[in-house]
Amino acid sequence: MNETLFGVYPYIAITVFLLGSLVRFEYGQYTWRSGSSQLLRGRMLVIGSNCFHIGILAILAGHFVGLLTPHAVYTGIGITVREKQLAAMGFGGAAGVLCFFGLSLLIYRRLSDPRIRATSSVMDIAILLMLWVQLSMGLGSILVSAQHLDGSEMLVLADWAQRIVTFRPGAAAAMAHASLIYKLHILLGLTILLVFPFSRLVHIWSAPVTYVGRRYQIVRRRGGAAGERP
Amino acid sequence: MKIRAQIAMVLNLDKCIGCHTCSVTCKNVWTSRDGVEYAWFNNVETKPGIGYPKEWENQKKWKGGWVRGRNGNLTPRLGGRFRVLAKIFANPDLPQIDDYYEPFTFDYAHLQSAPLSQTAPTARPRSLITGERMEKIEWGPNWEEILGGEFAKRSKDANFEAIEKEIYGEFENTFMMYLPRLCEHCLNPACVAACPSGAIYKREEDGIVLIDQDKCRGWRMCVSACPYKKIYYNWQSGKSEKCILCYPRLEVGQPTVCSETCVGRIRYLGVMLYDADRIAEAASVPAETDLYRAQLDIFLDPHDPAVIAQARADGVPDAWLEAARHSPVYKMAIDWKIAFPLHPEYRTLPMVWYVPPLSPIQARAEAGALDWNGTIPDVSKLRIPLRYLANLLTAGEEYPVKFALERLLAMRAYMRARHVDGTEATAVLEQVNLDRATVEDMYRILALAAYEDRFVIPTTHREYAENAFDLRNSCGFSFGDGCASGTAAGGLFAAPAHKHGVKAKEQA
Repeated sequence: MNETLFGVYPYIAITVFLLGSLVRFEYGQYTWRSGSSQLLRGRMLVIGSNCFHIGILAILAGHFVGLLTPHAVYTGIGITVREKQLAAMGFGGAAGVLCFFGLSLLIYRRLSDPRIRATSSVMDIAILLMLWVQLSMGLGSILVSAQHLDGSEMLVLADWAQRIVTFRPGAAAAMAHASLIYKLHILLGLTILLVFPFSRLVHIWSAPVTYVGRRYQIVRRRGGAAGERP
Repeated sequence: MKIRAQIAMVLNLDKCIGCHTCSVTCKNVWTSRDGVEYAWFNNVETKPGIGYPKEWENQKKWKGGWVRGRNGNLTPRLGGRFRVLAKIFANPDLPQIDDYYEPFTFDYAHLQSAPLSQTAPTARPRSLITGERMEKIEWGPNWEEILGGEFAKRSKDANFEAIEKEIYGEFENTFMMYLPRLCEHCLNPACVAACPSGAIYKREEDGIVLIDQDKCRGWRMCVSACPYKKIYYNWQSGKSEKCILCYPRLEVGQPTVCSETCVGRIRYLGVMLYDADRIAEAASVPAETDLYRAQLDIFLDPHDPAVIAQARADGVPDAWLEAARHSPVYKMAIDWKIAFPLHPEYRTLPMVWYVPPLSPIQARAEAGALDWNGTIPDVSKLRIPLRYLANLLTAGEEYPVKFALERLLAMRAYMRARHVDGTEATAVLEQVNLDRATVEDMYRILALAAYEDRFVIPTTHREYAENAFDLRNSCGFSFGDGCASGTAAGGLFAAPAHKHGVKAKEQA
């Protein structure tokens, strides 16, 4: 069971996440969008969406750096495991509270506003609720972490994540004795990856970072050849 | 010099009767779908009024168009690239659907299904978004029709700038005009510049500005950036949509739906040649009042052999050069100087131009209420204030508008003298510097307005056309999602059809 959930399921989820995104990008371009409902009701969205997005981007960045940076790298630059865990709890906690506030506002808006409710798909609501539960567990895990500040638990989680992404065996075994809240957090996280290609979350792939370096005007010739004009 | 061609439009406001046929036919063809039922690619506003969406001309509020920086460079009023990206999670300058109007339908079925009663059954309104009863419709796409509503609200119209507007609230001094509006297919479009995805582009061959529905991600910056508020966010598909200048019709030489169906025959379509290398220069001249003339300067004379040679070298087909030589748009904008861009101060170099309206003054002049300036009435005493038209069409500079109105008046006076009095009133023509041949041509184009004179549209050149053989077994005109509609039920990635929408009502 442990092997299936933490050794096999991650690969299923990641495969669906990557292949599903690719297939949708190829065959469903018209469905590939952020799905903004700001036009229908801006109230609550402006503050909610900003808090949510800034918070969750910070959290994602924290997870990437925190879980995937090899242990030797940060001890090499003089950061102890304890310091790293405290940094993660502080930084992640702050971003988590910001995100929690924004996400809660967005959920309240989506469920209570008749216009937004009427134009929501089942997936729109489901993905918000999944993120909310996931975020609550993440914030809850800070309380668990506070009981063992030596960083050992964090090392276990990082070990699991690094074994998964580097295809080394023993990932599931590493997780066997982790606290339940981390296990649930990981499982729901993987499930979010699983449904990602079927939800509006795909707009993350299209974060328009190239806009910064783009010329203002775009002129295209019929027949496909796109060109920018000076 | 890099010569490009564009299909441009002129609307002769002098003849617009405000019948909305253009808007309705456009809607029937392009926006009778869920998600854009509130959108009118073409709408007709009664001016003065705040328009659709509310106060669209107030760029302090909506941040549309461009601003010229101290260094002479243009930046979208929305902000530079980083400021645009900073607004991406929630765009503070985005109009709400209530600024357009909440789309509604009526319970028509109730008229037939109501039980016998003392009073006639009514069809009450229902929201097309929530499906719920709307007790009162509070705003619509044409709420101010023929000066509907009180003057205090209508007078928020941005074109009253520098006008003592209070007297126009009095019944005796009131004035109105119609303003049909559509996408301007600008030479320097702000929507293109503000699109983070790079989904909006201008077509090189004919200048039509389009949104690539496959590349649009729904970041909504274009809606704010367009100063004419002519890009609409489709809340069902999550993509932005806009007027496509009926390109499938233009490509086969037919006029746009709005032009084709215009009962007043006020619309003209023709080719304009311009120097694409001078767009930035023209759009960033320091004084806003110079923008109209700067835009005139980058248009090129299609009769000039040097222009013809360069245009050929730049790939403009001969059929397009031939069409440019007969372009009614060129005649009105350049030869006669009677057509003007809408709000040139937005610095987008718009390509849908307007002949200012004239009609209200002639009757007053004949009744002796107007001063005469030589043989034509003094146009500075128009019922519609000259400054109002100038604020609309020339960034506030009155002289070009005055000149155009005098020419229109002179044409009328001359032709009236010929047809009614049987005399040649050449003195009238001398006053506005027109010769007989020109005024006859003006009369032919403006008054007679034959179909083939209004629409001089070259068909798509063979070199541009798609190879039809490669298109066999394809889906034809679709929503950019292959053969799927993008809203079909059952698709793994498709959005569900909206249960309260237009389509649902039709099927019910």
